[in-house]
Amino acid sequence: MEGLERIVLEHPFFAGLGPEFGAAISGCARNLRFAAGEYLFREDEPANEFYLIRHGTVALELHAPAQPAIVITTLREGDILDAAWLVPPYRWAFDARATGLVRALGVNARCLRDKCEADHDLGYELMKRFVSAMGERLHATRLQVLDVYRPQRA
Amino acid sequence: MTTAPESWAVPQPLRVTRVRRESSDIATFYLTPASPFAFAAGQFNMLYVFGRGEVAISISGDPGEEDRIVHTVRAVGAVSGALAQLRRSAVVGMRGPFGSSWPLAQAEGSDIVIVAGGLGLAPLRPAIYRVLAHRQHYGRVALLYGARGPADILYQRELETWRRRLDVEIEVIVDHAGADWHGNVGVVPALIPRMSFDPQHTVALVCGPEIMMRFTVAALRDRGLAAEQIYLSMERDMKCAVGLCGRCQFGPAFVCRDGPVFRYDRIAPMFGIREI
Repeated sequence: MEGLERIVLEHPFFAGLGPEFGAAISGCARNLRFAAGEYLFREDEPANEFYLIRHGTVALELHAPAQPAIVITTLREGDILDAAWLVPPYRWAFDARATGLVRALGVNARCLRDKCEADHDLGYELMKRFVSAMGERLHATRLQVLDVYRPQRA
Repeated sequence: MTTAPESWAVPQPLRVTRVRRESSDIATFYLTPASPFAFAAGQFNMLYVFGRGEVAISISGDPGEEDRIVHTVRAVGAVSGALAQLRRSAVVGMRGPFGSSWPLAQAEGSDIVIVAGGLGLAPLRPAIYRVLAHRQHYGRVALLYGARGPADILYQRELETWRRRLDVEIEVIVDHAGADWHGNVGVVPALIPRMSFDPQHTVALVCGPEIMMRFTVAALRDRGLAAEQIYLSMERDMKCAVGLCGRCQFGPAFVCRDGPVFRYDRIAPMFGIREI
């Protein structure tokens, strides 16, 4: 098994994925490294690549004019960034900043989308994983929005 | 003929010897008892502000220190607001300790996962002191703490001290933060899949807002913990503190007498009932 394919299959997001799918995904993947403070992408940029974090932490940020950035969540080793590559208009909805050294796998979005179109088994397998990951993230976001730690008047 | 009131019913006047402001609306204050004060981690006292009223406050100090009684209070009502404004040398009435405690003796030999949300760290702090004081009796120890934002993190200096230890895994996560915060942002249940513990031999201690506890229990169950391995500290409005008045009834239980610490399987049927 090639090095990149092994890395793909070892990532928790792809746990249990068949080797044939691993080979297909790794054919679109590359290793990436980001220094502390470097942005993986910015809001409204084309989502040409999605990322699997292998090491480090990435802060997802939103900006308002003349305001400091707000960190909406942090992602770590084993997490993915994100699903904007999967559905039109293929644009990022936030900034992603490396808070320290980040090592990641970058997967070319068009390459993988084409493979998913050609092989619906691969597409369905990926879709199940992304829907699950996005569902968990949505669930966590709802809990954040509830602001459960706010002071409650007696 | 008059009858002397039961000892549990009479507040003991105690002087505040130290106050520490944790945030704009949260304060920790220290009372000095006339004689050694013993309590078990997880128990609470009824604190009486003369002329205002009485409220149940969990004990947040070290069970190994019997010469002082520590409480952390957030100003949310008339009585807790007055407690949070206490100054040194003020006098409050105290009844207690009351209620059940964290199962720390039973948990010896197990991994311990402590999950706290917001002010829920206060009733868990005595358990943390006790576990760390007897660290050799436990397996892996993890503390997961969720707060509203970096400025709302309770006992920040102690968390930093505990974090320096090599035998405790500590994760702090906040709901929202600025870019100058270098820690986790998100919700505390999301940390649970990442923690290293043996689900077969783990005891989880959980305290925080009920919604947070509900999702924390779900995440712990997903990791393989049985309901019998999870303990929660419940909060209800309490008055008598001994299960007589019924104010804190929680299904067939009274939170003041049978709780505040409950094993999850014993309250699971009530936990999801919306009107309870």
